[in-house]
Amino acid sequence: MGTTFTLNGKSTTVDVDPQMPLLWVLRDTLNMTGTKFGCGMALCGACTVHINGEATRSCITPISSVAGKKVITIEGLSTDASHPVQKAWIEEDVPQCGYCQSGQIMSAAALLAKKANPTDADIDDAMSGNICRCGTYQRIRKAIHHAASLQAGK
Amino acid sequence: MSPTALFYRRDFLKTTAAGGAMLLVGFHLPARAADDPAQAQEKPPVNPFSAWVKISPDDKVTLILGKSEMGQGVMTSLPMILAEELCVDWKQVTVEQAVTNPKIYDLGTGGSGSVSDSWLPLRQAGAAAREMLILAAARKWEVTPDTCKAQNGHVIHGHPERAFSYGELVADAAQLPIPNLKQVPLKNASEFTLVGQDTRRIDTASKATGAAKYGIDSRVPGMLYAVIARCPVFDGQVASFDATKAKQVRGVREVVKIETSGRGASTTGGVAVIAENSWAAMQGRKALEVKWDEGAAANESTEELRKQFLALASKPGKVVRNEGDADAALQKSTERLTAAYELPFAAHVCMEPMNCTVHIQADRAEAWVPTQAPQWAQSVIAEIAGLPPEKVDVRTTQLGGGFGRRYQADFVMEAAQVAKAMGKPVMVVWTREDDMQHDFYRPASYHLLQAALGDTGDLLAYKHFQTSTSIAYKWEKNGVEKPEDSEFGTGTTPPYQTPNLRIEYTLAHSSAPRAWWRSVEHSSSGFVMESFADELAHSAGQDPLEYRLKLIGDSRKIPQLNSDPNDPPLDTARLKGVLRLAAERAGWGNSMPAGEGRGIAGFFSFNSYVAAVAEVAASPRGITVKRIICGVDCGRPVNPNGVRAQVESAVIYALTATVKDAITVERGRVVQSNFNDYAMIRMKETPKIEVHLVVNNEAPTGIGEPTVPVIAPAICNAIFSATGKRLRRLPIRAQDLA
Repeated sequence: MGTTFTLNGKSTTVDVDPQMPLLWVLRDTLNMTGTKFGCGMALCGACTVHINGEATRSCITPISSVAGKKVITIEGLSTDASHPVQKAWIEEDVPQCGYCQSGQIMSAAALLAKKANPTDADIDDAMSGNICRCGTYQRIRKAIHHAASLQAGK
Repeated sequence: MSPTALFYRRDFLKTTAAGGAMLLVGFHLPARAADDPAQAQEKPPVNPFSAWVKISPDDKVTLILGKSEMGQGVMTSLPMILAEELCVDWKQVTVEQAVTNPKIYDLGTGGSGSVSDSWLPLRQAGAAAREMLILAAARKWEVTPDTCKAQNGHVIHGHPERAFSYGELVADAAQLPIPNLKQVPLKNASEFTLVGQDTRRIDTASKATGAAKYGIDSRVPGMLYAVIARCPVFDGQVASFDATKAKQVRGVREVVKIETSGRGASTTGGVAVIAENSWAAMQGRKALEVKWDEGAAANESTEELRKQFLALASKPGKVVRNEGDADAALQKSTERLTAAYELPFAAHVCMEPMNCTVHIQADRAEAWVPTQAPQWAQSVIAEIAGLPPEKVDVRTTQLGGGFGRRYQADFVMEAAQVAKAMGKPVMVVWTREDDMQHDFYRPASYHLLQAALGDTGDLLAYKHFQTSTSIAYKWEKNGVEKPEDSEFGTGTTPPYQTPNLRIEYTLAHSSAPRAWWRSVEHSSSGFVMESFADELAHSAGQDPLEYRLKLIGDSRKIPQLNSDPNDPPLDTARLKGVLRLAAERAGWGNSMPAGEGRGIAGFFSFNSYVAAVAEVAASPRGITVKRIICGVDCGRPVNPNGVRAQVESAVIYALTATVKDAITVERGRVVQSNFNDYAMIRMKETPKIEVHLVVNNEAPTGIGEPTVPVIAPAICNAIFSATGKRLRRLPIRAQDLA
C-alpha cells in the first residue's frame, strides 16, 4: 500500500488515493505548503516542482506516477536561501505578493541547471508557463541573468 | 447580515484616513465617520510601545504592521516610516502583523491609501516613542531631555559621550506619559536617512524559500478542507441537493448547505463539501448532485447588456456636472467629434484563490484570513458565531494578491458557516474556476464622448455620457439614488479647459456582482478621456503631447468635484510635469519604424500623477507592446524601489486588461473559467518598462493603482499612430486592425 518516492532527498511514503495530484499530497498530506495551488490545470506554473530534475506541474501529476522518482520542492532547493536563484531573487527584489514565486524559482532553477547562461529567448521559453499577476517578469528576467553569473562564480 | 456588519468602501476609506489620525490624536470625528458605529467611539491616545514598537532588552526592534501585505510592499514601507522617526538601524528591525483590534488599528487596506494615510500617524507614533526613550534616558542621567539625542537605537548625551541602548530604556520609557502627538517634534526631510532610500523588501527571503504563509497555507491541528458548490447563475439558489455520491468519495466527511447572505457582501450560498484534504473535497463536489433555482438572472448576457447600453446612450442621462451650455455649443460647432468607448467586466484574478480558515469554539473563534479588511472579517465571523467581535481573533496572513478582491468578505462568510456547522477548524478553499466565476467584477461601461473644437483646436465644449453597471448601486448607502458616484472618479474633473462641460450618467441593470478592481472607476475614465484627448489632438492636426499641454493650460489647482475637504486639488503643473517627463525619457518626437507608433496618456488619480508613453508595433497579424515609459509623481517616495515595483506591476495588470480577455456573460453565467480562456500577460509578452519618478517634497500619495488608468489609452493611442486605426473597445484585438 502507498506510494514511495524521494522528497527533497528523503524517502517518503504516503497512503492516499493514487489519483491524488502530487500538489495536494505535498500541501495537505505532508503540510509542505511552499508549493502553491494556482489553477489545477497546469496553466499557471505556481505548483512547479522538479521531478527527476525536470520542471513539472504538480497539480496534474497523480501521486502514483511519482513512485520511485526524485521530487525536489522549493523547500528542498536549499535550506537557507543559498541557491543562486534564491540569492538573485533577493538581490533583485523580485517578489511582490510572492505567491507565484516558488513556481517561478523552480522553473528558473531547472532552466539554469540545463543552460548555465540562458539568453532572453531561453528565458521566454522556460518561464512563459509561469504567471505572475503582480507583473514581476522584468525583475525575474534580470534575476535569472544575475543567478547565472552567481552560479558561474562571477 | 445586519447593516452594522457592512462597511462601505468609500466611506470606510475616508473614515480610515480620519480614523488613523483620530486614534492617535483624538480629534473630533468627521460626519462620515459618525455614521459608522464601530468608528464613532472616541479612541484614547495609544501608547506607541503597546501599538507600534516593541523593543526587547537585548535591542531587538519589532515594528507592527497595521495594514495587509498583498504585494504592494507595505510590510517594508510602513515600518520604514516608523523606523525613520524612531531612529533605529533598519537592519535591527523585524516586522509583525497587527492583531485585529479596531480600537487601535485601522487595518482596512485599499484605495492606494496605506502610505499616504499612515504617513503622518506613523511618523507621530515613531517620534512619540523616540521622545519617550529620550526622556527615560534623561531621567536616568538626571539631565534635561533637550541635551540628549536619539541615534541608531541609542540615546546619547554629553562629552565624552555616554549612551543607553533602547533596550536598556524601554521598560522605563513605556511607563512615561504619551506626548501630545500634534506637537511631538518630527524630523525635517533633510534629516531622513531611510525614507527616500531604495530599500529591499523585508519579506523577500521568506517568499524565495516557500516559507511565507498565505491564507491557503494555514494549517491547524484537526482541520478539514471544504469547497463549495455555488449556483453558476448570478444570485441563483440551491433548490435541492443529494449528497449520497459525494459522501462516497474517499476522504469526504460531510456535506452541508451554506446560506445566502445579505446585500453587498453577498455570498449566494451553496453546498459545502467538507473533506480530509482539498482535493478530496473537490472530487466530492464533482460527485455532488445539486438542483439550482437559477432565478431571474438566467437570461442575462453580455450581448443583452450591450443592447441596453446602446438604448440608454440614445437618451440623455442624469446630469453629474454642468458648466456653460455644452449642448448648444456642440450644436453650433462646425468641428464636432463624437466617439463611443466600451469596457467589459474584468476579473481580479489574485494568484492565491480565495480562501479562509475559521475555528469556532464555545467562547471564542480564531481565523486565518488573507484579507484587505480584517475588521470586517472579524465582524462577519462574530455575527455568525454569535460572539462579540473581541472574542474573534482574526490573523491576517500574507495575501497572494488583493487588487480590491480581498476587501470582500464573501469567502469569510462561507468559511464561518462551514466552521460553525462542523465544530472544527475548516478551510474553505476556492478553485481557480470558483475564483474567476464568482468574483466582484470591474463594471462594464459604455461612454459617449462629444467635443466641439475651435479654429486652433481649443475645446469649445466637452460632453461625457456614461452608462454602466454601477458599483455604488450595489454597495453604497446612497447608491440607488446616486449610482454615478462610483463610476467617474476624477473623470468628473477633466484637466482640459473648456467653457462648456457636461457629464451625464445612466445606470444599466445587471445582476453581475461588481466592486473595486485595481484603480476602480479610473480604469475606465482614464481610457476614455485620454483616448478622446488623442482624437481631439489628431483632429486639430496637433502633436498629442503639445496639444494636451496647451489644453491643460496654465499651472493652477482644480478642486475635485464633490470631493472630501481633505482631498487635494488637481495640480496642473504636476500633471504637465509627468507628461513632459515620460515624453522626454521616451524620446517623444523621434521617428519610429514603419508599422510602429508611440502614444501618450496622463491621468490624475489617488492624488497622484502618472503619464505613460507606449511604443507599439501593430498590424492585423498582431499587436506587440514593446516599451512602456512612465513618468510618476506620487509625492515623496518612502521607498522608491517599492514605488517603481508598483508601477511595473500596474503596467502589466493594465496591459493584461487591454490586450487579453474580457469577462463575458451568457445565460446569467460567467463564460470564462481559468487561464485558458481568461489569459494573463506572460514573460514573453512583457514589454520593457521604465519608471521615472518626479522628486519633490509633497506628501506621499497613492501608487498601487494610479498607473493603471494610463496604460490602455497610451497603447491605443500608439496603435493609432502606427496604423491610423482608432480602437475604442477593450480588450483590443489584432483583428480590429483589419
